[in-house]
Amino acid sequence: MKKNNALLLSTPYLLWMVAFTLIPLGVVAYYALTDPATGAFTLNNLKSLNLYWGVLWQSILYSLVSSLVCLVLGYPVAYYIAHRGRVAQKMLYMLVMLPMCMSFLLRTLAWVGLLQDTGIINNLLAALGLPRLHLIRTPGAVILGMVYNYLPYMILPLYATIVKIDPRLIQAAEDLGCNSLQVFSKVVLPLSVPGILSGTTMVFVPAVSTFYISQKLGGTDTVLIGDVIERQFKQGNNPNLGAALSLVLMILVFVCTGIMNRFGADEEGGVIA
Amino acid sequence: MSKELIRLQNLVMEFDGERILDDIDLYFNDHEFLTLLGPSGCGKSTTLRIIGGFLTPTSGKVLFDGKVINDVPPYKRQVNTVFQRYALFPHLDVYDNIAFGLKVAKLPKDEIDRRVNEMLEIVSLKGYENRRIDNLSGGQQQRVAIARALVNQPKVLLLDEPLAALDLRLRKDMQNELKRIQRSTGITFIYVTHDQEEALSMSDTVVVMDKGRIQQIGRPEDIYNEPKNAFVADFIGESNILDGTMLEDFKVRFFGRTFQCVDKGFAPNEPVDVVIRPEDIDIVPPDGGHLTGTVTSVTFKGLNYDIIVDFRGFKWLIQTTDFHAVGSVIGIRLNPEDIHIMHKSEYSGMFGDYSSYSAEYDELTEDAGDEEE
Repeated sequence: MKKNNALLLSTPYLLWMVAFTLIPLGVVAYYALTDPATGAFTLNNLKSLNLYWGVLWQSILYSLVSSLVCLVLGYPVAYYIAHRGRVAQKMLYMLVMLPMCMSFLLRTLAWVGLLQDTGIINNLLAALGLPRLHLIRTPGAVILGMVYNYLPYMILPLYATIVKIDPRLIQAAEDLGCNSLQVFSKVVLPLSVPGILSGTTMVFVPAVSTFYISQKLGGTDTVLIGDVIERQFKQGNNPNLGAALSLVLMILVFVCTGIMNRFGADEEGGVIA
Repeated sequence: MSKELIRLQNLVMEFDGERILDDIDLYFNDHEFLTLLGPSGCGKSTTLRIIGGFLTPTSGKVLFDGKVINDVPPYKRQVNTVFQRYALFPHLDVYDNIAFGLKVAKLPKDEIDRRVNEMLEIVSLKGYENRRIDNLSGGQQQRVAIARALVNQPKVLLLDEPLAALDLRLRKDMQNELKRIQRSTGITFIYVTHDQEEALSMSDTVVVMDKGRIQQIGRPEDIYNEPKNAFVADFIGESNILDGTMLEDFKVRFFGRTFQCVDKGFAPNEPVDVVIRPEDIDIVPPDGGHLTGTVTSVTFKGLNYDIIVDFRGFKWLIQTTDFHAVGSVIGIRLNPEDIHIMHKSEYSGMFGDYSSYSAEYDELTEDAGDEEE
């Protein structure tokens, strides 16, 4: 009886999933494997991806670097928040969330205003009598945009994991001879692994398919796979190629997160060498 | 028995202006099983944490082997702790939990292996090496916690209510187990509990604490038979505590009668607390007793009946193997050695009256479950 109720209650969303996740996925696969002109089955779309391996690789590299930067910047922040008092924790949590309440497009555009050659930063430098810097349309600007936009997605799962670590485990480690560095490496860090994994996934996945950040902050040499896919639909008018690219990107993301989670599972078992 | 290992000198601990420990002076001997016993909030866990190095006392000294160790961090102390609720590492299996301290100390691999296996044997967990912690029962986790601490061969093992989370049967088994381990290893155990029975059955020395002060130190027998004040008499076992006057040596007056007793050294006519243990009272026919009273309640306890008897408005608890119906009139006899005399203290008048018997019992069961932070 209870089981049936659960099924009944989840039916709306299950139907939604079929209509807007599974069917579209089939449509993407269909387009990827058919000829734009004749509609016949073909592998030509996938074969022509040869041209885009470089872009794909670049996208993965940028997202990996961004994830890493987010992790390095985010972990200490998450740790700090997790060890404050209740009220301070709530305040800091809100502060981390705050940028997410503003439009993603607006936030990225704001960086254009800051970074461009006649933007706020360069004007400030000029006013101080310092030479202007070329900041926008560089790989660094793209990474900055990704890190700025996705950092909260790293901090929040990390915080949620770290705050749950029983302080008695830390006392136990101290009791068993660990100095503060060893307490961190042998207890706190291994117990943070689930947070590190979900944080990294939550940064990596949106970063690898983004196109807006690279369009606004990047140059001609920082084209990402998201840009290419968007162009196929909007300008190139070749949805079949766009679909093929999306399909490959999705598979790659699955493989990447799969490897990461596998690595994490191994890590958890044998942290102490 | 043997030499002194740890000494606490004028130890004071304050949190937010509240005094948790009030001038504690205490020493611990090598190879001793010492128990800090008291109700929640009496300061026993705080004392243990100060010895473990997790808290720094507001004032006073902690000496280990004659050296002050107030500022020595936990990881440099020759002390290991079995924590409340064990605090085992969830990301490691049984073997790696036990090996943790040895690996931190960077001992050779074969020695680690030998010592961990030895420990697994001692705590009867052979074959459980690769189990995950969350796949163990409470009793098994308990034993891993003990092994993880003992494997480091500390001079002192601190145990913070280690059996509180176990059910009664398992607790009894583990009490015997702990006592056996303590005897065979010769390691000093400092044990914290609020369970008086546990304290009496396991310890060489019991330290009764309340309100941040030591109320009494002694062997379990002495604590039970010669409680120093009404708090100790009430906390250790059941006691009827009455107001009396010590007329002269070996003569005490209460309930309008003079009784022979075995105590001396009080001032003439000093007001005193008189303790009578419920199991020491002999029930006799009404006309043959020192006092006569009416039974107001009977509870069957298995081994005996707990009966409440009204003597002129003051209710006593008496334990007897014979049944006495509610309403029946009985007499009691008190032998001199059944009467124990204590000086008046701040606790006088607070304990030992069974007029609200059932309410007190509820309070006790509630107290048994909670955990002292």
